[in-house]
Amino acid sequence: MAKSLFDKIWDAHVVKTAPGGLDIVYIDRHLIHEVTSPQAFDELEARNLPLYRPNRILATADHNVPTRNQHLPIEEPLSRSQVDKLTANCEKYGVELYGLGHARQGIVHVIGPELGLTLPGATIVCGDSHTSTHGAFGAVAFGIGTSQVAQVMATQCLLLSRPKRMRITVDGELRRGVTAKDLILYIISQLGTGGATGYFVEYAGSAVRGLSMEGRMTVCNMSIEMGARGGLIAPDATTFAYVEGRAYAPKGIVWEQAVAYWKTLYSDDDTVFDAEHHFNARDIAPMITYGTNPGMGIALNGNIPSEVAASESESFDKSLAYMGFQRGESLLGKEINYVFIGSCTNSRIEDLRAVAAYVQGKQKAKHVEAIIVPGSKQVEQQAISEGLDKILAEAGFELREPGCSACLAMNEDKIPAGAYCVATSNRNFEGRQGPGSRTLLASPLVAAITAVQGRIVDITQYLN
Amino acid sequence: MEKFQTLHSSAIPLPLENIDTDQIIPARFLKATTREGFGENLFRDWRCNADGTPKPNFVLNDARYNGQILLAGKNFGCGSSREHAAWALYDAGFRVVISSYFADIFRGNALNTGLLPLQVTDAELSSLFDLVEQDANTQFVVNLPEQTLHVPATDQVIHFDIDPYKKECLINGYDDIDFLVSQKQAIEAYEQRRTWAW
Repeated sequence: MAKSLFDKIWDAHVVKTAPGGLDIVYIDRHLIHEVTSPQAFDELEARNLPLYRPNRILATADHNVPTRNQHLPIEEPLSRSQVDKLTANCEKYGVELYGLGHARQGIVHVIGPELGLTLPGATIVCGDSHTSTHGAFGAVAFGIGTSQVAQVMATQCLLLSRPKRMRITVDGELRRGVTAKDLILYIISQLGTGGATGYFVEYAGSAVRGLSMEGRMTVCNMSIEMGARGGLIAPDATTFAYVEGRAYAPKGIVWEQAVAYWKTLYSDDDTVFDAEHHFNARDIAPMITYGTNPGMGIALNGNIPSEVAASESESFDKSLAYMGFQRGESLLGKEINYVFIGSCTNSRIEDLRAVAAYVQGKQKAKHVEAIIVPGSKQVEQQAISEGLDKILAEAGFELREPGCSACLAMNEDKIPAGAYCVATSNRNFEGRQGPGSRTLLASPLVAAITAVQGRIVDITQYLN
Repeated sequence: MEKFQTLHSSAIPLPLENIDTDQIIPARFLKATTREGFGENLFRDWRCNADGTPKPNFVLNDARYNGQILLAGKNFGCGSSREHAAWALYDAGFRVVISSYFADIFRGNALNTGLLPLQVTDAELSSLFDLVEQDANTQFVVNLPEQTLHVPATDQVIHFDIDPYKKECLINGYDDIDFLVSQKQAIEAYEQRRTWAW
């Protein structure tokens, strides 16, 4: 019987089906960080359970670390205590930790792929909803809660119901100035912030195949923003070329065997999905969000909707009131105060290159504060070795040290109340970037152009 | 985990859609390393001004409404996977959230916390909001073994679905970790028979 990519991977990881129908699913890779792991380690201790497979876990500190002076002790006492607790737990239980200052430290969803830990056909979890990022490699990857973190620590397994399968096909060629970020913001704007709840999404079609691995990660990263359990893309030559030679990737004969297996990972021709959506890449324009969930996106030169369903009206108006926008208006010309380029969605070397290529020889607008937070130490080093740091500095952008930073503002990188920030991150929820902050999600290219112009513009008029 | 069987309570209405976990518990309060105490910052930025004084218009500050049931608009708990959102609701005294659908990760986290995510239809949810709007003291009876939500005042009975395994867990106070640890032999056998673990 025809099987989807998702089902091939899932089935290969079912230890057994429990009475009642839930599957015991084996987890190949478990990524942990300082915020959602301490209570899970405590759970092991309270139950006197060992950590079952320490070599299948990798830890890093990313969520609440400062992005300046990482060589100094963390000033903020609660953040420091959380990071210290991670270090102590990793030492106690024998977990490899790429902590602050380590050459491999970075955002958990940036370092997994760049280290070759993220592999096609694998099951990958992390106590973070953007674990869906790793699906770009043809892995079944999804975010879990802390109770589940403890379950994986204790047994390397989770007890799960199989989600429904959705396929989203985007065919055609993306227009100039339209990136992977615009593609996913467009899809979410069409399906809505809960449009894929209960589903695992496979992205397919020529526009998706044509994306780089970085672009595919951006797309899969935001699957959760339409409620999907995760998102994935069938592995292909682009995937194998990216993975080959990375630190943890298989080598030699094992690599050959792995690739042979990975080539079987695609949805069979006759696969029936529980839901299917088709989009044309030519319909996608550079996007921006205007509201307080990622589904509230429009083309940069479009207008905020005038009409919404009656049931959504109260939430919609509350959202616009928070953002200081009106129904039906255009965002063009709106002055912005901050530009944040970073997060597990868009902080990879390709993103930094896109920003540097645009801003080279230009200056950010005087009233705009523009910060760039690389996704990892490796990205930071790569940017420096390519001279991007100088280009960015000359244009008035501040290149920080790696972490989640102003995506969720757990550290001191906060956007002040009332200020507008064009951000390359993934969530525009109320207060996400700090109490009262107003976030407009966009691509790195849109963010770079906005920083230079100091206001929202139709970027198609400003491309180099 | 505490056992859950039945609950008699009034409900607190929050008729907004897509309430995300950043609203339920903002990220800056996730720095604690234990599970307790998150209730203090539940819906912090909706409930309090920047100086910590209460916002009088927010429903949790409205003395007319109280109870252990939160009645919320559809797609409750979307966004971040932080289980702290479920812990914060539980810590603040909630035992049931009623909505017309829940984000997947939140649903799982709630069940693992002993907080019942009770899903009704859009039409049923709308009728429940109407009841609470008419009488803030409207009583509800949640009966988990029977899978029913009963409104004595109108004699309305709504049947709800729940995974049978998760239902047993809630009723008995069991959690997945106990079950999974009991499956160690099967897990080790799986690791042995796998041919392609790189």
